[in-house]
Amino acid sequence: MKLHEYQSKLIFSRYGIPIPKGRVASTAGEARQIAEELGGRVVIKSQVLVGGRGKAGGIKVASDPAEAELLATQILSMEIKGLPVRKVLVDEAAAIDQEIYLGITNDRAAKKPVIMCSAAGGVEIEEVARTNPEKIIKVHVNPLLGIKDYQTRDIAAGIDLPREYWKSFGDILRGLWQAYMDNDATLAEINPLIISKDKRLVALDGKMLIDDNALFRRPELSELRDTDEDAPSEVEARKYGLTFIKLDGNIGCMVNGAGLAMASMDILKFFGGDPANFLDIGGGAGADKVAAAMRIILADPNVKAILFNIFGGITRCDEVARGILTAMAEVKPKVPMVVRLVGTNAEEGRAMLANANMITAETLADAAQKAVAAAKGA
Amino acid sequence: MSILVNKETRLLVQGITGSEGLFHTRQMVAYGTNVVAGVTPGKGGQWVDEKIPVFDSVKIAKEATGANTSIIFVPARFAADSIFEAADAGIPFIVCITEGIPVSDMMRVRNYIDQKNVRLLGPNCPGLLTPGEAKVGIIPGNIAIPGNVGIVSRSGTLTYEVLYALKQVGMGSSTTVGIGGDPVNGTNHIDVLRMFEDDPHTDKIVMIGEIGGSDEEKAAEFIATRMTKPVVGFIAGQTAPAGKRMGHAGAIVEGGEGTADAKIRALEAAGVKVARHPEEIPQLLK
Repeated sequence: MKLHEYQSKLIFSRYGIPIPKGRVASTAGEARQIAEELGGRVVIKSQVLVGGRGKAGGIKVASDPAEAELLATQILSMEIKGLPVRKVLVDEAAAIDQEIYLGITNDRAAKKPVIMCSAAGGVEIEEVARTNPEKIIKVHVNPLLGIKDYQTRDIAAGIDLPREYWKSFGDILRGLWQAYMDNDATLAEINPLIISKDKRLVALDGKMLIDDNALFRRPELSELRDTDEDAPSEVEARKYGLTFIKLDGNIGCMVNGAGLAMASMDILKFFGGDPANFLDIGGGAGADKVAAAMRIILADPNVKAILFNIFGGITRCDEVARGILTAMAEVKPKVPMVVRLVGTNAEEGRAMLANANMITAETLADAAQKAVAAAKGA
Repeated sequence: MSILVNKETRLLVQGITGSEGLFHTRQMVAYGTNVVAGVTPGKGGQWVDEKIPVFDSVKIAKEATGANTSIIFVPARFAADSIFEAADAGIPFIVCITEGIPVSDMMRVRNYIDQKNVRLLGPNCPGLLTPGEAKVGIIPGNIAIPGNVGIVSRSGTLTYEVLYALKQVGMGSSTTVGIGGDPVNGTNHIDVLRMFEDDPHTDKIVMIGEIGGSDEEKAAEFIATRMTKPVVGFIAGQTAPAGKRMGHAGAIVEGGEGTADAKIRALEAAGVKVARHPEEIPQLLK
């Protein structure tokens, strides 16, 4: 789950990390009021969950409250990469001397969090990694021990940070580490961390990603979820505990198991088809879940055929068949459906669907080819 | 013959009285697995199906029954604790089926057990199956027959698909190992490939990977430099969009890394025959 900049910075500030004075606004009037409170120049920053806001014109500097209102009006009416801007952050403008990148993420291969830091901040870290990989310092942290003071000094020295800033840098890095661990983040990033003209370190921008698997113990974070970037079908699927990802093709897919769901999409492509979605109904799905999944697939007007590929293990094929029949009675689908049932109770499932006017298949390759043909109207 | 589990396995089930634990315990017993004990805190002294004693802790269960392998079916929020408990009780091989464990928990687990002589398989995995000897996990027993093909996979049902396709042509498996779909797990492709290379009863290997991480690329290097037995590969997720998590927590292409294409190229460069779809695998093994 992604957090907005203003949400991330608010969390950072609770861990003692200095952030600019400012607040979030939903209307231009609010933006003006915040600008008046702050006085002086302010930055109006669109709050959307995509990168490249600045380039898209979603970050502007205003020199007085009237201009702040005008710019907020413009930005609040924008869409950035397809996402509507619903909120702007109004921050006091900073006088920047230097921009630093500071981030923590999980290194899968090392099985440890890794701190990344670079004196070349202000641009995306992937960009720095491509052009100047030697400018990125990486330090792994043992999650059982936590960050050690010497590591913060090593990093500060590694980016040639002047010694006068080492203490405040250490405080910021320890704060970021604590924020990362306490919130089950998979990314906590300050970019840029600036040295201001008045010689202070300030987190000008912030980004956090939270581990979805940990939300059960972070209810206060779950409430911050912004579903704007998810397709409505994905939000609907989440309610039923289904993993659904919308794609651009025309063959709907219902599969049990993530790996098999991916392989089923791949084989459709291999035989010249194009999947409309990724859908894993999970292990042991009951009829109601299957019916919900089918309604979500059929709500997509692009869908010209559906492929059901169920390999029964914990999932029982007769339960899936019951779900298909329930949904069919309700939605009366007009598209052809190809079904392949193998494993637990497959015989019973097939018998239940015998009169449902579905195309049946024995092997995965057979099922995929039949679905591709059906979608083409053959 | 086999790796990791066989007729000598004395299995302990953590979470044996939960609905999933109970269901799969019965399936494992029916398959012939030697389930010697169960653990559910607070239910010590009970019996499951009048055959399997339930204990309050792994430590007591191990002392009483000599369990040498543990399988975990407890909910995600308690699963890391269960792994720590099994490791501290001295269980040398722990299989965790649970899906949805926070990655920070798994990093702590991994950094802890790496200091001990413990092997963890999973989490978020289907466990493993040595056909004809032992089933430790949830892989349906009836879809596989004994044979000389070692299988290692990040997926569950996709692995069943491959076992089933092999059985259709009379081919069987020495051991099938599901390493799981999480970004931080206990056992990776290379660990299992090394065991298969050393196992006299495994002649050929199937390696099933998917998008995300660099485990398959590292395995390719291992295969090229260290393995003598032929390996057939398959990578799921060629049509997966970047930046989206495809069901498995670990199945995501991030910053251009972990794509199916890169993995397939690495495997092919290592001399691995890569199947274009799962049902092609039996043919490539011949």
